[in-house]
Amino acid sequence: MLEAHELGKKVSSPEGTLTILSGVSFLVRAGESVAVVGASGAGKSTLLALLAGLDLPTEGHVVLNGNNLSDLDEDGRAIIRAESVGFVFQSFHLVPSLNALENVMLPLELAGNEKARDSAQDLIQKVGLGERWSHYPAQLSGGEKQRVAIARAFAAEPAVLFADEPTGNLDSNTGENIMQLMFELNKTSSTTLVLVTHDSSLADRCDRIIALDAGKLISDTRAAA
Amino acid sequence: MRAVVYALRSFGRELRSGEVLVLLAAVALAVAALTAVGFLTDRISKAVKIQANETLAADLRLRSQDPVPQEWRDLAAEYGLQTADAMSFPSVVFSGEDNALSVVRAVSDAYPLRGALRVTDDFFAEERTVDTVPASGEVWAEGSFLARVGATVGDSLQVGEIDLVVTAILTYRPDQSIGFASMAPTVMINAEDLEATGLVGEGSRVTYRLLVAGSDENVAGFAEAISAVLPDTIRVSSQEESTERVYSAADRADQFLSLTAVISLLLSAVAVAMSARRFAQRRMDTVALMKSLGATQGFVMSVSLVQLALLGVLGVVAGSIVGYAAESFLSSIIRELLQSELPSPGLRPVVLACGSAFILLLGFALPSLIQLRNTPPLRVLRHDEMPPPPSRGLVVGTSLLAVTALLYQSVGDGRMLFIVLGGIIVIAALLYIVGRLMVHWIGSARSGVGVAWRYGLANVARRGRASAVQVVAFGLGITVLLLLTLVRTDLLDGWRKTLDENAPNHFLINIQPQEVDSIASIFADNDVEAPAFTPMVRGRMLAINDVPVNEREYPAERGEWLAKREANLTWLSELNSSSSVSAGEWWTADYNGEPQVSVEDEIAVEMGVGIGDRLKFFIAGREIEGVITNLRKVNWDSFQPNFFIAFSPGALDGLPATFVSSMRLAEDEKPVLLPMLRAHPTVSVIDIGAILAQVRGIIEKASLAVQAVFIFTLAAGIAVLFAAVQSTIDERRFESAMLRALGARKRTVFAGVMAEFAALGLAAGILASAGATILEWIVATQLFELKPTINPWLWLVGVAAGVFVVCVSGYVAARGAVNARPVDVLRGAAA
Repeated sequence: MLEAHELGKKVSSPEGTLTILSGVSFLVRAGESVAVVGASGAGKSTLLALLAGLDLPTEGHVVLNGNNLSDLDEDGRAIIRAESVGFVFQSFHLVPSLNALENVMLPLELAGNEKARDSAQDLIQKVGLGERWSHYPAQLSGGEKQRVAIARAFAAEPAVLFADEPTGNLDSNTGENIMQLMFELNKTSSTTLVLVTHDSSLADRCDRIIALDAGKLISDTRAAA
Repeated sequence: MRAVVYALRSFGRELRSGEVLVLLAAVALAVAALTAVGFLTDRISKAVKIQANETLAADLRLRSQDPVPQEWRDLAAEYGLQTADAMSFPSVVFSGEDNALSVVRAVSDAYPLRGALRVTDDFFAEERTVDTVPASGEVWAEGSFLARVGATVGDSLQVGEIDLVVTAILTYRPDQSIGFASMAPTVMINAEDLEATGLVGEGSRVTYRLLVAGSDENVAGFAEAISAVLPDTIRVSSQEESTERVYSAADRADQFLSLTAVISLLLSAVAVAMSARRFAQRRMDTVALMKSLGATQGFVMSVSLVQLALLGVLGVVAGSIVGYAAESFLSSIIRELLQSELPSPGLRPVVLACGSAFILLLGFALPSLIQLRNTPPLRVLRHDEMPPPPSRGLVVGTSLLAVTALLYQSVGDGRMLFIVLGGIIVIAALLYIVGRLMVHWIGSARSGVGVAWRYGLANVARRGRASAVQVVAFGLGITVLLLLTLVRTDLLDGWRKTLDENAPNHFLINIQPQEVDSIASIFADNDVEAPAFTPMVRGRMLAINDVPVNEREYPAERGEWLAKREANLTWLSELNSSSSVSAGEWWTADYNGEPQVSVEDEIAVEMGVGIGDRLKFFIAGREIEGVITNLRKVNWDSFQPNFFIAFSPGALDGLPATFVSSMRLAEDEKPVLLPMLRAHPTVSVIDIGAILAQVRGIIEKASLAVQAVFIFTLAAGIAVLFAAVQSTIDERRFESAMLRALGARKRTVFAGVMAEFAALGLAAGILASAGATILEWIVATQLFELKPTINPWLWLVGVAAGVFVVCVSGYVAARGAVNARPVDVLRGAAA
């Protein structure tokens, strides 16, 4: 499903070449949920960007749904994302000029889905914002914004869902509700989930925990449950 | 296709959300300014051109000493042109026992083809415009003629063998000459009566004129066709060659209008570029998100292009409506002020504005869009990930290409394009270099100031290149504002000075030497200042350096024509106030040696003569040869009696001379002419007040148009300033929230922001003053041939305007940023 092969990422900086990630390899099976944990600067977000094809590794390669991402140009990777990837971001990233429903419709429209509006309406109902579909992001609370983001992430029925600190900007209660929603949707649609988080209780709810430190994979453990 | 659908749908949403309004406003403003300027200049150029054509009473005039051959008329008919006839000859006309010399003008019913005759029913009564000519059996005479013979409306005049009834006093005809050709007052009759006068025939001195008018294209075609069959002795006067003064006034008006159009265009371009950059930056997050959701680069680009096209269409529609409405309003004011109909504008301005809007968008927005297309999807995770900036070559190339295309389209004159483009590039480069230096200096000055100033100055220095670019933008904006206010006024004043209010409005000619003292005393008795009298002798040029004038080659047609015709000559001991020696030496006032000659410098070039050349004249049976010892520059706009050729004192002694004079008569002084004309019936008075009014009318139209157009340009300039401030507003909002979160008081943050604007404004103001001074010098000397003047106000106003405009714009824009609640801003960063 998702394979990381000897992934490395180096960037040049005023202080010389900086190694952000090196020698990271693992394999994620379809339907599996994986938490990526580590301290700030451990390389979690970089790993997520490489796995989703938002960025290219300087060493190694990623295979997503049978496609080697390093073999594709930016547009090629975009097509893969449109077909099989969904995102939930820490800072929500809703389009401020679109209302809640339109934000959910966006990936469906990009994929050329003709029933975009109907499917989006279904989803917005499922995340509990049926009454507020016409509100703009500025009119929604943080938790509501993240619900819209989750609806959007599941709209195109992605094979893999990447979530980057999805509760990072939310209070613990709201965060808990959001995670509840995400895991439920994940289960019903049997999506593969890759979750980057600081929160160990969140990580514990995943099938598997991959820990990074200073750009290196230090542990890859299955959850006790 | 999917991109088009998506673009259309999301464009509606974006419009609703107000995100694209800034760019839309910039485009609409550009189009509004362009169409309004275009419509207005189109109309006014047409009006000026028609008025300039009035001096011929036609678009083209053929003048011959023989009757107009039928084939010329046939040719004109072939080109679908209107024609009219005007014959003239000098003749003594009688009223009972009294008589006076006049120029009899016999005109056909279609005369004049351009302009209109004006008449009054009594001496000094209110004049009215008529669209007819005297009917058969009637005569219209100039007041000076009627006064001389003691006749008035209703009396009968004897012209040759027939008696005609005076039915009106002729006060104005469009083709009345400014020169000395029409020395005697005009008596106008119908062409049908010409033959019956018995004055036309063998030995008569009739000048025949065929007047032609029609569309530009047909007139040009006719002019080319007729030139092939014309003998040498025929002089063709066309629109371009009509009276020197009116032509140059119209020409200057055209240049003024073009310059103003160019400036509003450039400002629009800057505004579009700035708001397009902001448009792109505001959309980067959305593009990154769309890419992370699987949108391809092609998709992103298509969406952007479709939206850009939509913006263009909307901008053109909105701008055209505003422009058209504004122009209608403006032209109604102009119509009222001038009490004349403006010709309706063509469709050309709309087409040009549409074309310009898309050239503007492509040239100035495309680089930003290309950058937008390259937005990395990684930006969804790392907000500081930016697409690589568009290559400098691309930005400079597209904008320069667009500017050149737009400039050329509106200037249509390679020389002016070169001067304006060159001036702008030089000033922009200079502004940028000095701007960087200023920014550097501002940054290093921050250690000695308080916290607010330190914050502000640090901001200027931190944004190094951006600050310098802003200084350039503000600087250019203020340069333009200065150009349009102070420099424009300077130039207009200089231009107006050439036609000052006190210019003479009457010529007295054909004064016999023994009449001079008597005329002077008549004026003195009536408390009117007596004018100066200049002698005039008529002669024909025989040879230049012993080469007969007919066998010589001439550099210009006008030079040849002047060399071959009978010339008005004078002798002068001293130069008058409207001429100066441009080459060689003026003779001493008491000179009495071998004849020397002074030639007006432009005609010298056109005749191909210079200092040391010998001119031989045939005057009243004598041959007189003089050596050119100096060239004179003459300000013909002074309306003083000036001559192309002047001899040294004594050279023309003993030859039959008459005197000419010019003077300014106030309206209540005009009656002095009646006793003067009664005492000296052979003296001719030419009322050039009407001609002056015509010239002034053209200038009024032109300067009014410039001022009206200036309103749009000012609006465009202010838009640029706001766009510049707006482009950093997000950053400012965030920073101010940060500072306030850190405990800074609102006033401190505000003072810091104002310090930054004040520093930027100061730098921009200094640079703009320097730029405007240089441009003024270039425009004054190269385009308008005026003496450049140094205006200290320019610097004072420039710097004050820089600080004021930037601070006020900054205040309006930054107020929102400073007043925003920090908590909202910091939370809003995570949308």
